[in-house]
Amino acid sequence: MTATSTQAAPSPGLAPAGGPVLDIRNLSTQFPGEDGPVTVVSDVSISVSAGETLAVVGESGSGKTVTFLSSLGLVAKPGRVTGGQVLLEGTDLLKLPQGELRRLRGQRISMVFQDPLSGLNPVFTIGDQIVEVLRAHRRMSFRSAREESIRLLARVHIPDPQRRIDDYPHQFSGGMRQRALIAMAIALAPKVLIADEPTTALDVTVQAQILELLTELRDDTGMALVLITHDLGLVARYAHRVCVMYGGRIAELGALDDVFTAPRHPYTISLFRSIPHLDTPPEAELTPIEGQPPNPAALPPGCAFEPRCFQARGRNDCKTIVPPRFATTKPAHLSACHHWRELGDLSIQT
Amino acid sequence: MTAQASHPFPLPAGQNPVLLISNVTKTFAARQWLLARSQPPVRAVDDVSLELRQGETLGLVGETGSGKSTLGRLVLRLINPTSGTIRFDETDITKLSLADVRRMRSRMQMVFQDPFGSLDPRMTVRSLVLEPMIVHGYPRSEINGRAETTMRQVGLDPQLADRYPHEFSGGQRQRIGIARAMVLDPKLLVLDEPVSALDVSIQAQILNLLRDIQRRTNIAYLFIAHDLAVVRHISNRVAVMYLGRIVETGPRDALYGNPRHPYTVSLLSAVPVPDPARERTRKRVALYGEIGSGNAVPSGCRFHPRCFRARLVGAKGAVPTVTASDATLPANCVHVNPELKPIGGGHSAACHYPDEVPAQA
Repeated sequence: MTATSTQAAPSPGLAPAGGPVLDIRNLSTQFPGEDGPVTVVSDVSISVSAGETLAVVGESGSGKTVTFLSSLGLVAKPGRVTGGQVLLEGTDLLKLPQGELRRLRGQRISMVFQDPLSGLNPVFTIGDQIVEVLRAHRRMSFRSAREESIRLLARVHIPDPQRRIDDYPHQFSGGMRQRALIAMAIALAPKVLIADEPTTALDVTVQAQILELLTELRDDTGMALVLITHDLGLVARYAHRVCVMYGGRIAELGALDDVFTAPRHPYTISLFRSIPHLDTPPEAELTPIEGQPPNPAALPPGCAFEPRCFQARGRNDCKTIVPPRFATTKPAHLSACHHWRELGDLSIQT
Repeated sequence: MTAQASHPFPLPAGQNPVLLISNVTKTFAARQWLLARSQPPVRAVDDVSLELRQGETLGLVGETGSGKSTLGRLVLRLINPTSGTIRFDETDITKLSLADVRRMRSRMQMVFQDPFGSLDPRMTVRSLVLEPMIVHGYPRSEINGRAETTMRQVGLDPQLADRYPHEFSGGQRQRIGIARAMVLDPKLLVLDEPVSALDVSIQAQILNLLRDIQRRTNIAYLFIAHDLAVVRHISNRVAVMYLGRIVETGPRDALYGNPRHPYTVSLLSAVPVPDPARERTRKRVALYGEIGSGNAVPSGCRFHPRCFRARLVGAKGAVPTVTASDATLPANCVHVNPELKPIGGGHSAACHYPDEVPAQA
């Protein structure tokens, strides 16, 4: 980090103008289960524009990771995409033949995963692995690929890249491994970078460094950044727009400030109330979300959140009808709650 | 520096802390490779003193490699300290025979992070909860019915006593882990990252449960975690560890409201708060590099290679400086290991310049 003691906050919560680079429309994904197919992603529509950071928030099993694995054609068999479109700059990725899709992955759209150790092959040097990515996609001599790799390592602020390029993954710390993976992910200058819990395995000071790096790369290259996370603080600091997922569906979607100051879905509100924050009164009781996260194989017939919802209170529509996406007070702020109008602008911060 | 001096409130006469850790050090021999030059031992915990009282929660925070989990294992004497004493309930457990340590452990229990790996999948909840009583030789008459009462205490339906762990969710499994720890009615619970493996909506259930149990039983908690917001929520006092040392300790509100060690300052500023408006105005302190490893602890103050404050003080030039870590740093930061010194109100910091507080957001 080259920083002096303090840094300015990143770009404010306004999404840059311009059409979507990645446009996911009505995506559904199923896995076979004991009693018939289990829908883990259901009718998800979400898009992200150049230069924008979209945060996708949800608990384990909410479908946040599978949505993007499905989009990239990476969902493991026997899972399969059962419907929808994934438009990357107008091309439907779901219609592409495997070879074509493989060429686009890495080149136009790439993904960084949570665990930086399992993303790297322990028997090859960091340099070998970046060179391999470059040479697989571009006609490049070994020498120039190596030079490019050194430049990429410097780009992600690995100190002394000329020397560290010949290190093996175990010689890198967790934060440096994640940097190396980011270097590989941006090697071909993708238009969209999907970062799936990129810092969950890292310490908080390193987490900040990695996210500053991703934001810096987004600003420099104009790529779109999708940040999959469960940490609402990270969302507040780094995202322009937020998508909250629950039970394989989008519960709420909107601009950061709208979702965080006037949430229009009871699940979002409950999330805020259940997590201790650094700036709430420490004596304040947490309000846990009762019950358990939903089992995708046994979703309720109506709203997936209904059994845990403070707002539903046994209402029939919540129990029986899957809520569509409603535009709320703002057209770009969507909520999948039958009764979003009843949710006041309550202060969720205290 | 005695441990008592770090506590903000005087102890009532005749009452002693449940746990008194004095100058405890734990070194591990570095791995020895054939024909390789021998490495110096790793000091995982370095001269740590702490105390914990009945009904109190001491939060222990630090990054990977800070030694916080090692300290937790030392407290339960799952490993032996290299030097120093650990008094539990007025007995120095470092001097006890293994048989006596086992007896002692019925009153000090541990809750682990992983609710999936820490429960035997072939045992029913009833046998899991009762196992500690059987191990400690309680008579049948006392054991009867205890599984059900303890399960009720931790919010589990006693009717599920004959089920197996795989039938439970992560949050419920952590309740089983807590039930196992509570069944012997201990005075001290060491909780090592008890909620970090749980979904966010479930964490609050477990945190509230721990608070309830403490109010009911006056048990003491040593709560080890890396999540600063969680630690703030549950703790009365907090100790921050860095590379084996306590660098700052104090009452919760003092430590979070007015952190004095630069490491604590940067840790707190690294945690984002879920409020976009505040995040935009908040100043952040960047740390240089990453935590080192215990086998190459920096000279002087072990935090100096990453410290923003040392750079500020060094740049002012009012004190003797040296060049280290590509910067001009105060000579004492590079050469002298700062002691954990009281700075008032039971708040202590191990920094040569605790009063150099940078502009805060």
